[in-house]
Amino acid sequence: MTSSILFNVTTIAYMASMVVFFAYLASKNKTLGLTGSIIAYVGLIIQTAAIALRWKESYDMGVGHAPLSNLYESVVFFSWTIILIFAFIDIKYKYRVVGAFVVPFALLGMTWAQLGLNTGIEPLVPALQSNWLLYHVVTCFLGYAAFAVACGISIMYLIKAKHEEGGSASPGGLMAMFPPIRILDDLNYRAIMIGFPLLTLGIITGAAWANYAWGTYWSWDPKETWSLIVWFIYAAFLHARFTRGWVGKRAAWLSIIGFAATIFCYLGVNLFLSGLHSYGNSKM
Amino acid sequence: MATTERNFVQKVWDFFCSLKLTIFLLISLALTSVIGTILPQGPLPPEYVAEISPIKLQIYTKLGFFDMYHSWWFIALLYIFSINLISCSIKRLPHVFKFITEPTTILGESLRNSFSLKKELAISASVEAGRDKLAEFLAKEFATPVVNEHNGEYHLFAQKNAWCRLGVYVVHLSILVIFVGAIIGSLFGFKGFVTIVEGSSVSSIESRNGQQIPLGFDLRCDQFNVTFYNTGSPKEFKSILTVLENGQPVKDYTNVRVVVNDPLTYKGFTFYQSSYGQATEGGEHFFTATRRSGGAPEQFALSEGGVATFKDGTTFKLLETTPEVRQFMPDFSGPAARIEVTFKGKSPQTFIVLKNYPEINAQRNDELTFNYLGSNAKMYTGLQVAKDPGVWVVWLGCALMVAGIFIAFFMSHKRVWVIVSKGHIRMYANANKNQAAFQMQFDTLADKFTNLKI
Repeated sequence: MTSSILFNVTTIAYMASMVVFFAYLASKNKTLGLTGSIIAYVGLIIQTAAIALRWKESYDMGVGHAPLSNLYESVVFFSWTIILIFAFIDIKYKYRVVGAFVVPFALLGMTWAQLGLNTGIEPLVPALQSNWLLYHVVTCFLGYAAFAVACGISIMYLIKAKHEEGGSASPGGLMAMFPPIRILDDLNYRAIMIGFPLLTLGIITGAAWANYAWGTYWSWDPKETWSLIVWFIYAAFLHARFTRGWVGKRAAWLSIIGFAATIFCYLGVNLFLSGLHSYGNSKM
Repeated sequence: MATTERNFVQKVWDFFCSLKLTIFLLISLALTSVIGTILPQGPLPPEYVAEISPIKLQIYTKLGFFDMYHSWWFIALLYIFSINLISCSIKRLPHVFKFITEPTTILGESLRNSFSLKKELAISASVEAGRDKLAEFLAKEFATPVVNEHNGEYHLFAQKNAWCRLGVYVVHLSILVIFVGAIIGSLFGFKGFVTIVEGSSVSSIESRNGQQIPLGFDLRCDQFNVTFYNTGSPKEFKSILTVLENGQPVKDYTNVRVVVNDPLTYKGFTFYQSSYGQATEGGEHFFTATRRSGGAPEQFALSEGGVATFKDGTTFKLLETTPEVRQFMPDFSGPAARIEVTFKGKSPQTFIVLKNYPEINAQRNDELTFNYLGSNAKMYTGLQVAKDPGVWVVWLGCALMVAGIFIAFFMSHKRVWVIVSKGHIRMYANANKNQAAFQMQFDTLADKFTNLKI
């Protein structure tokens, strides 16, 4: 059994979970909702095993390192963190339908990684040979994942709010499945409350690493700057909650824009701009 | 006149205290920061200058777009941001302090009605007995209460984590601390660069603005080494460095191994492995030329850029060399030279000769076969040098920020009031955050409360 087979099984599990969640949306059958969650959790467990196995495989090859060193490995890890944060919110707040809007992000990541990226295990270049790699990448991606979940919830918010504005609040419709907008607004806030401290830790560990490796904790490199842009947007979101006229729809939009900036920080910077984090892009 | 002045001051103050300004500033900082990630920063590469129209270049330069994070308007935004932060904190802190130090111990009618968490219980005992029993109950199950008498009723008040209301101000303070650290670094620190050829030493380094900065000691490079993985990607860049005081090696700073991610720090200066290369001065490269028709190989030496001419008129020019070819040709290893050979009456041809693979060099089947024997050229190591006395202030700010965010997000100020009246007791509760989680805690408390037999 190799890790790549397990990663394929994971992808299939997330696909199945998404399909079941969509069926849940259409049928409103509670068993389907539970099944969707369980399939996602099984996928999470398989993926955890696959990541651990890939880690071990790298040691067997004599280039042992945590599987967080190139674009493929980071996309896989991102998918893993998205499902992890979803599991946390699902278990804690029990709004199953959120899965239909969050699992697709993880599935998208896994599909892209398995089909479009170079899956080979590569040795670590000197710049990445540090324990900081683990702390920095784990905190950043957990933060990104929480923002992904918040984005999914915000999309639900906007759909539901638009529907309510239209006045066609038929009690038995699809919208009845969605949590009330007040709850969605609150869940959005809670997901960002998880993501913001993690992003802050991610930026700080990155700065500490940069200072240790290059002697500069901040050099306005595009990746650093974009992480700060993301931080500014979510800081604005947090303050918007205490300001009249900025709650509800505007907050939902800020959350979506924040996640778009997050994705640009993660992928766009490597694809379109040049800088210190260049090891992420040549591996495609 | 005085009132309009006061009005004006009041308006300015309100402006700086406003949360709308905060949101505006955060979004402005986010939007403007994008510019510096798209346009090149610092000294412009000539290709860029050639590509962009002169008018654009002029406008961008005027606006400081090519060093935008240090431009007057970006710094001004950061200053306004700091003033906003301080003003908001000054305005709200006294209220928060009062809230913590002088809590509402007697619960008025209107507050009572505003709380969603409440529970009532009938008692048969006297008001005093109820008071004592409840004080004991709260101390055991929640926190020690303050007891007050009011209109013949007893008001018991207990609270937890009141100070966590300060968390958000700790975060605000941490941002200012980080700014202070950055300012200290820019005033008293510097960044620089130095190259040291193997076997030689330096006593000063060049800072980024071109200034020579004396170290106060000597730094010698004993050796530089680069190794590669089989894939051709670099595995390790390693300098062996020795610190010298008055020409003598310093104990514990002799033959120190410096690699990427593992720098050397001495007397506040930190040296980071950054680049490397082959020293040009004095480096000679050795070659042989063997005639296909036979005869002893002819040996000759050249430095990079040098030209040798043979008896038959063939010229040999050494273009460049590398001590390790793997990074360019992953299937081969060892030293290699790129040369330009012009046989008499023919056009020049450029190719690579390898030290470790003479058989491959021979495959060319030219009249002359060239082999590379290697070089006596030395390597140099390129070290990034930094001194930043503000960095610990920045880390202090970061630690404060993490602690502050944790307190502000995950801890809540929980308050419980119990009013003991004749015949019944009422309990009210409130948390400033995460009401849902507190609800569960309150439900457990309320269960125990209703089981009290008084």
